[in-house]
Amino acid sequence: MRVAVIGVGCTEFGELWEKSFRSIFLEAGIEALMDCGIEGKEIGAIYVGNMSGGKFIDQEHIAALIADHAGLAEFGIPAVRVENADASGGSAFRQAFMAVASGMHDIVIAAGVEKVTDSVDPMGVLSTSVDQEWERFVGANLPALYAIIARRHMHEFGTTEEDLARVAVKNHKNAVHNPKAQFRREIRVEDVLSSEVVADPLRVLDCAPLSDGASAVILANEEIARKLCDTPVFVEACTQASDYLALQCRKDLLTMKAVVKASKEAYRIAKLEPKQIDVAEVHDSFTIAEILAYEDLGFAKKGEGAKLIREGETEIGGKIPVNPSGGLKACGHAVGATGIRQIVELVLQLRGEAGKRQVDAEKALALNVGGTGATAVVTILSR
Amino acid sequence: MVPRFWRKIKYRYDVVGSYCEKCGSYYYPKRELCPRCRRKGRLRDEKFPDEGTILSYTVVNGRIIAMIELNNGARTLAEVCAEKAEIGMRVRKAFRRYGEDGDAGIIYYGTKFVPIC
Ligand SMILES: [Zn+2]
Repeated sequence: MRVAVIGVGCTEFGELWEKSFRSIFLEAGIEALMDCGIEGKEIGAIYVGNMSGGKFIDQEHIAALIADHAGLAEFGIPAVRVENADASGGSAFRQAFMAVASGMHDIVIAAGVEKVTDSVDPMGVLSTSVDQEWERFVGANLPALYAIIARRHMHEFGTTEEDLARVAVKNHKNAVHNPKAQFRREIRVEDVLSSEVVADPLRVLDCAPLSDGASAVILANEEIARKLCDTPVFVEACTQASDYLALQCRKDLLTMKAVVKASKEAYRIAKLEPKQIDVAEVHDSFTIAEILAYEDLGFAKKGEGAKLIREGETEIGGKIPVNPSGGLKACGHAVGATGIRQIVELVLQLRGEAGKRQVDAEKALALNVGGTGATAVVTILSR
Repeated sequence: MVPRFWRKIKYRYDVVGSYCEKCGSYYYPKRELCPRCRRKGRLRDEKFPDEGTILSYTVVNGRIIAMIELNNGARTLAEVCAEKAEIGMRVRKAFRRYGEDGDAGIIYYGTKFVPIC
């Protein structure tokens, strides 16, 4: 059964000190419901991406909490939380997609929510996504592992710190036109290169911030989608793959095998080639991750990712615009909400509702990655 | 937290990993199941080489953390005790403590590496 996204909603991403976990997911959910003009009780199931309610706000049983506060417990609508580190949102979307594609439900909601600023050590919590016994134990956190990948990429392929910086510069430039973005200001390559070192060679401005935020999308089967919505956006494929959790267990430090596998499968199902994708939202939790994404998604050959950013091909107006929202780097990274936030951006792009950051697009791709790449979710959308 | 780290002592101190007699693969850390041979695999514990080469590294919180390829091709992530590191640098294992747990002062030992001069 064909599946479409018919409604989208997203809060601003950032340090939302004045807002609670409960209020941000309601804000995103209500926006998505209003976007497609449904009330809520038509929904068959709720899927929520959330990495670590337990560690960030000392609250588990997140899905039930959400059903309750959204007024949907009144109707007994089943809710489940999906956890795959910072790919939780993408995986929640995939569960929702499968529920509709299988015919089990007609209309479902996929949401993502994370409240990180109530925690004293958000990066420590995010780093629970890496192998605690063999990576964290020896002193490596998430930035350290991406730094190890970055240095090897520089060594083998001649990628430079300037190339990495250019990714951050582009994403900040795009975020200026995104009203939901955390950092709506431009930065220069020199700013990145003079920012503090976090894990050599990665600096503060190579790292996505950790943000509060929530996002939600409504999915429906084609028949219902056409009735409820003038501009349904179809899910052409939604795939997921796994890789070894610890970096040391992977044969190739410079290829995210899960990204390669999930994207190949998605292209096959959607009957598309990488060059037919018009716009992409990828998981730039660190600048090197965006360069790897170019290569592993097939936008560039292995080792030539940096060339794409150097030549401006991934800017708005380039051959394959990447992260028009500002990406995780500048729109913000609300962990479990990020995968859904990427879908929201691409739906706006495909509907032609992206304002000053609009790309002319018919086919769009989202890549959501967990940790250092042990989980990858790829979604291809079309209008 | 304590038993979880204590259980791994032998594997950490001595760099003991797994060797599959069926397909000849080395795994570190130790595995219960050979990913290549699945149920047909024959894994046994094996002491891994003491020496290896730095594939990549970072400096985080003032410490050098490196991906080291041991002489048998298996890889391990470990701290390198040196002034500075370089890709391609040859290193050898050495026992060092990794941390201490709160007031109880339980010390976690693991393998760190030092340059071969
Ligand atoms: Zn084997």
